[in-house]
Amino acid sequence: MTVVKHTDADTRSSRAPSAPATSRRRIVIALLGLLVVVLAALSVSVGAYTLTPSDLVLTLIGQGSGSDNVIVFRLRLPRVVLGILAGAAFAIAGALFQTILRNDLASPDIIGISGGASVSAATAILVFGASGAIVSLSAFAGALVVAAAIYLLSWRDGVSGYRFVLIGVGVAFLIQSALGYLLTRGEVKEVSQALVWMVGGVGGAKWPDIAVLAGTLVVLLPLVAALAPRLRVLQLGDDTAGGLGVPVEATRLALVGIAVALCATATAFVGPIAFVAFVSAPIARRVVRDGSLALVPSALVGAALVVAADFLAQHALPGELQVPAGILTGVLGAPYLLWLLATTNKGDRSA
Amino acid sequence: MSRERLQGAEPAHTLEADGLSLAYDGREVIGDLDLTIPDGDVTVIVGANACGKSTLLRGIARLLRPSAGIVRLDDRQISTYPAKEFARVVGILPQSPIAPDGITVADLVGRGRHPHQGLFRSWSSADGAIVADAMAATSTTELAGRRVGELSGGQRQRVWVAMALAQDTDILLLDEPTTFLDVTHQIELLDLLAELNHTRKKTIVMVLHDLNLAARYAHHLVVMAHGEVVATGAPADVLTPELVQRAFGLESHIIPDPVCGTPMVIPIGRFHRPAPISY
Ligand SMILES: Nc1ncnc2c1ncn2[C@@H]1O[C@H](COP(=O)(O)OP(=O)(O)OP(=O)(O)O)[C@@H](O)[C@H]1O
Ligand SMILES: [Mg+2]
Repeated sequence: MTVVKHTDADTRSSRAPSAPATSRRRIVIALLGLLVVVLAALSVSVGAYTLTPSDLVLTLIGQGSGSDNVIVFRLRLPRVVLGILAGAAFAIAGALFQTILRNDLASPDIIGISGGASVSAATAILVFGASGAIVSLSAFAGALVVAAAIYLLSWRDGVSGYRFVLIGVGVAFLIQSALGYLLTRGEVKEVSQALVWMVGGVGGAKWPDIAVLAGTLVVLLPLVAALAPRLRVLQLGDDTAGGLGVPVEATRLALVGIAVALCATATAFVGPIAFVAFVSAPIARRVVRDGSLALVPSALVGAALVVAADFLAQHALPGELQVPAGILTGVLGAPYLLWLLATTNKGDRSA
Repeated sequence: MSRERLQGAEPAHTLEADGLSLAYDGREVIGDLDLTIPDGDVTVIVGANACGKSTLLRGIARLLRPSAGIVRLDDRQISTYPAKEFARVVGILPQSPIAPDGITVADLVGRGRHPHQGLFRSWSSADGAIVADAMAATSTTELAGRRVGELSGGQRQRVWVAMALAQDTDILLLDEPTTFLDVTHQIELLDLLAELNHTRKKTIVMVLHDLNLAARYAHHLVVMAHGEVVATGAPADVLTPELVQRAFGLESHIIPDPVCGTPMVIPIGRFHRPAPISY
């Protein structure tokens, strides 16, 4: 083994080390992007009145007929756009949690943060008879409070992923019983309103909601991008990251804060659509499989999941049955959760 | 950068601990410890399992906040350095780093460049050259495109060392860098570190379990027991049967290493065939 001296030839031939992996990632991103576009076009076109592709294009560029305009811009497009934004927000929130805490179970919908939103929204609906924006705000606040509580409860000279997840799962159970209590005490009509909210879906999409969610993403995603290099180093373990000059606790707190804000905002508008945060990043990472954060592929998987679930929930169920998207994502996510619980710790991935 | 160093411009750093105490959850593991890392030398820390070697290394790498006392780099308390500035001078290879699922060798080694990059200074050709250099030095160049999870334990360990080298610090701390390595690769790795120390004047501090290799490669030996330093100095001055007894609870003979004359510890143990030779 010899120590190679730097030469100009070395310098010229050097390239970013992850180049081959990057090209695979690009292909995956392109394909997933295409999938989201196709699903969105289908969702906007298909329904009681089905638009032809040319009608759709004409309407989107402002040349559509009056009725087409109403169908696209008032009825169908808001659902799709809200679904894409919320799906992406859930997916990135999940990806951040799972990476920071190094545990695939550590997504906000498993560790009680979405549950915090539900309990708070259900309280607003059942106890205070609230609706609309108040419910959204309560949900947002509930998610923040529960996240802060879990963070503080699991703090002991720093936060370990394992403790965070265990405490989070405990909190999730606590929240389930609180929800059960609220629902058994409520009035039938309000209980059904709360139940629909708790399943989660994009049925109530309105452009002002979409603007708020989009604004949140515009503020938070650049922060995620700025912290991504640190997160890539944190993937190697706390000690390695600290040794490479990453302030571990501060970075973790900042990223948890961003992830909670993403998840809480999305939940406020669409409810806790089950398992989207939980499954998106693992699916994306399994496809990309290059050790990268895969945040963009995860966001696209999340968007595709919500749009597809909403489309199927509206059109594909037997007997003209229409249900919120969260029922379908729940059907997809629950078996994955079982599988993950059954296989966790069988293979040790650390070096 | 390192080119100037090769031509003899020697980096001079002081790294020292003063009354250092380190604790986990209030349970003290190391108490009131003084230690000076000699600049430009290879320092090897030895001691029984759980005596606090990794903890000490983490303390001087500022991964663990002292419960008392201070650690200084160049006469300045290490906690006052900006994180990346410190990481450009002191690097550490921890005992159990984690490789993300699916990561390639080249990507992993490249992440060692983190402290040299910033929001406005991303991957440069100089980074590429240093990474290529680190991989060549550890014989991992052929593995560049392979996934870390699919390597043998020894190959993986060399990849981690390559990542630590890519960080390109004047002081390098390594926690048991020879674990998982077969005897040839152990010697190769230690030779590499000795060479880096010799040609690039890098200060090396490492934890080793093999006392004979420690004695052979260390300029400066630090022997620990129960969270305290029980002896420091040149291996030939430090390693005695009494010390081995005290630090490891092991009865031994010490003879000169036939290759380089450094002390060689021959453990006695309870079960062995009758010795044909007496020392
Ligand atoms: N993260 C931690 N939290 C709590 N206690 C710890 C932690 N890490 C180490 N310890 C304890 O501190 C003591 C010293 O551990 P340390 O890892 O420093 O030993 P070591 O000398 O490196 O041992 P080894 O040779 O086995 O690597 C042990 O009693 C250990 O149980
Ligand atoms: Mg150790």
